[in-house]
Amino acid sequence: MSVNPSWFLILSALLFSIGAFGLLIRRNVLVMFMCVELMLNAANLSFVTFSRMLGDIGGQATVFFVLVVAAAEVVVGLGLVVAIFRRRHHAVVDDLSSMKG
Amino acid sequence: MIAATIPDLAVFFVGAAIIVVGALGVILAKNPVHAALSLVMTLFGIAVLFIEEQANFLAAVQIIVYAGAIVVLFLFVIMFLGVDKAEDITTEPIVGQRPIAAIVVAALMASIVALGQLGHWMVGTHASTTATTGNDVADLGRSVFTTYLFAFEATAALLVIAVVGAVVLARRVSPDELSTDEPEVAQVPEDLGATMTAGEVEQ
Repeated sequence: MSVNPSWFLILSALLFSIGAFGLLIRRNVLVMFMCVELMLNAANLSFVTFSRMLGDIGGQATVFFVLVVAAAEVVVGLGLVVAIFRRRHHAVVDDLSSMKG
Repeated sequence: MIAATIPDLAVFFVGAAIIVVGALGVILAKNPVHAALSLVMTLFGIAVLFIEEQANFLAAVQIIVYAGAIVVLFLFVIMFLGVDKAEDITTEPIVGQRPIAAIVVAALMASIVALGQLGHWMVGTHASTTATTGNDVADLGRSVFTTYLFAFEATAALLVIAVVGAVVLARRVSPDELSTDEPEVAQVPEDLGATMTAGEVEQ
């Protein structure tokens, strides 16, 4: 209960940075999606920590909504990956430079 | 604040180690399947820290929704598309991209930590909507169905839209619907037929 909240926030910043780094360096769309999930989880950890620091359940309610949005995002994102893969047979972002069709 | 006990510290550091190792596994794994399994590891670590922070309901939801549903969806798509091959991540597609990315991310991390340490954005009385009572499930349920009722109903609409969108996106495109001026469709390799057949069987 009483581990210093700053440590949680620093861990959360570290996790967010790792996710951002992965998003910048990887080329596989699926792995990039996983990095976005890492960043969302880092934000969730911050929200829960602030919820505990401030004694306010609003932070936890926000995490609940972030989970729903993350689920929706993954469903649509993976649908897009499947649709792209059907047409182009690979999922490498460098080759997805055209918005046409 | 009560001083941190040894078990609390042990749980925090074990959870933190699990999270960081899993996150590094996600970004460094060559095989997307290994990345997905490392993601599960990170999500479990986050759930452990949620329990440490008295967010028991969210810890359970984290395991069920993230580890149980989202990662399984990832694995399903990886297997379905057959991209579970090792990828060459030793070469940089853009020269100098990784050092620049490392600098940008280090600056990002430094600014977040500096903001937390030096910023004075957490002063005064906060606008507490619902104070915690120690029972996080009851608190969360009460606030979701009172304070955040509209947001809760909006998520229902969002999920329906997401499901409909996924069905529309994953629908099998008939050949005459594809525009003929798209060069990559014109030169369809043989294995597209296999993918299409798999799609048909699923329907």
